[in-house]
Amino acid sequence: MNLFTEAIDWIFSAERFQGYNPLGLRLGEHLWFTFLSLLLAAAIAIPLGYLIGHTGKGRNLAVGISGAARALPSFGLIVLLVLIVGVTRAPAAAVISFVLLAIPSILAGAYSGLEAIDRRVIDSARAMGMTEWQILWKVEIPLGLPLLIGGLRSGALQIVATATLAAYIGLGGLGIYIFEGLPLRDYPQMLGSAILIAALALLLDALFAILQQFVVPRGVTAGRVRDDRATSTRRRAVAGTPAE
Amino acid sequence: MIEFRSVSKQFPDGTLAVDDFSLVMPSRKTTVLVGSSGSGKTTILRMINRMVDPTGGAVLIDDEDISGLEPVALRRRIGYVMQNGGLLPHFKVVDNIATVPVLTGVPRGAAREQALTLMDTVGLDRSLADRYPSQLSGGQQQRVGVARGLAANPNILLMDEPFGAVDPIVRAELQQETIRLQRELDKTVVFVTHDIDEAFLLGDQVVILEKGGRIAQVGSPTEILADPASEFVADFIGADRGKRALSIRRTERGAILVDSEGRAAGVLVDGGPTA
Ligand SMILES: Nc1ncnc2c1ncn2[C@@H]1O[C@H](COP(=O)(O)OP(=O)(O)OP(=O)(O)O)[C@@H](O)[C@H]1O
Ligand SMILES: [Mg+2]
Repeated sequence: MNLFTEAIDWIFSAERFQGYNPLGLRLGEHLWFTFLSLLLAAAIAIPLGYLIGHTGKGRNLAVGISGAARALPSFGLIVLLVLIVGVTRAPAAAVISFVLLAIPSILAGAYSGLEAIDRRVIDSARAMGMTEWQILWKVEIPLGLPLLIGGLRSGALQIVATATLAAYIGLGGLGIYIFEGLPLRDYPQMLGSAILIAALALLLDALFAILQQFVVPRGVTAGRVRDDRATSTRRRAVAGTPAE
Repeated sequence: MIEFRSVSKQFPDGTLAVDDFSLVMPSRKTTVLVGSSGSGKTTILRMINRMVDPTGGAVLIDDEDISGLEPVALRRRIGYVMQNGGLLPHFKVVDNIATVPVLTGVPRGAAREQALTLMDTVGLDRSLADRYPSQLSGGQQQRVGVARGLAANPNILLMDEPFGAVDPIVRAELQQETIRLQRELDKTVVFVTHDIDEAFLLGDQVVILEKGGRIAQVGSPTEILADPASEFVADFIGADRGKRALSIRRTERGAILVDSEGRAAGVLVDGGPTA
């Protein structure tokens, strides 16, 4: 049997659902880390991104910080944080590093979503007598939503991939099979869990892709959209890579 | 009545867009600001609804200095129509028109009902109410823009090159509609354009601007045509050339008017409009 079929067999073997290392538990841990970190990252990055996008201030700083943060080696970051906050608080260290890794994409999604809106639309909203809050809620957020979801999408993927490393500091997740398989040279197990993680990432990506289509405001998709800006926003939104 | 008293505007980058501009725009009349690009028309217009705040002088509406008024409240009682409509792309036509009434607390149902009536007023078919702006032609979008400007029933309507982006035939149609609307609604209209023909067609009072918002001449179209104040004005209105410099040519069939290129432009009749 080749390695690939062995890996598939490993995934579907009865042992996966029992014992001290059941798949359900590890999958749950993995998802829990992912959603918790995504939620925290969003809670920080979205308000900040909206502030930058609405006021147009602090953009260069945000681009700089995002760029630098993206270059951070995730593994090094986790280990460093564990050392800093202490081994007893490893979960906190892991979550903090996942949050830090996801913030740049979400931040970029939030502010570029606002930036991509035609200035004349915002100007006329203000000239009609909308307050700054009303401009944000009624105009900027709905029109910027596709790019924001794009940012959340890349952030989520980053976390799902990186959450694999949580196992290294004893926090479980799907990565545990890889780290346990490593000293045993259990390649079917390592490949099998890698396949699972990849499948999870693809599934999450697909869900976000659907969501992203769903939030494109009606008027922006409706009929013959002749406004170049609207079409390019949409195309970018669907491609899921927020412009920086 | 809108009054500018020695108003200046210097932008933070140092551009002096408007320099010591004084003018009275009478109530229930159309004042047209006309001038070439960069002469400060938009800047002057936007000082009326505090989208731009002057750096010197004062703007008064009905003798009240607007620098003391809350900008959001002020804007809600002044209609604003801009080039390309500036419509909200994710709002249906009817909701675009109803935006300001909804902001001021009119129940949505009533606001929509009123928006439909306004669609009639500006000559839009009610069947377009549920469309989005991207599904309308440029001319239709412009009508929605006008309807939206009128929705809060403002006394003042600001229009910044509202017909700049539509083709000449639609523009002529919209200009006629504007004249009709003004007759019916009796608003104080401030209209910005760089098209002198449009200015003469729509304006009760026409203000010809030079760079920096300096007034080259103010007057009714007749006054300006009959007596251009300067070389600049004469040149700007094309008094000495083209279709405005008409002369009489006698033919065996009677007298006709020809333009400066000798093309027939009209006939000479007795009487004519008395206004
Ligand atoms: N926000 C701004 N910051 C700096 N300069 C500005 C700003 N807005 C306008 N200006 C400058 O002020 C001058 C007058 O601009 P304004 O928009 O009022 O001209 P306009 O007569 O409306 O021109 P157009 O016919 O092209 O619309 C121009 O030189 C312009 O570059
Ligand atoms: Mg202008």
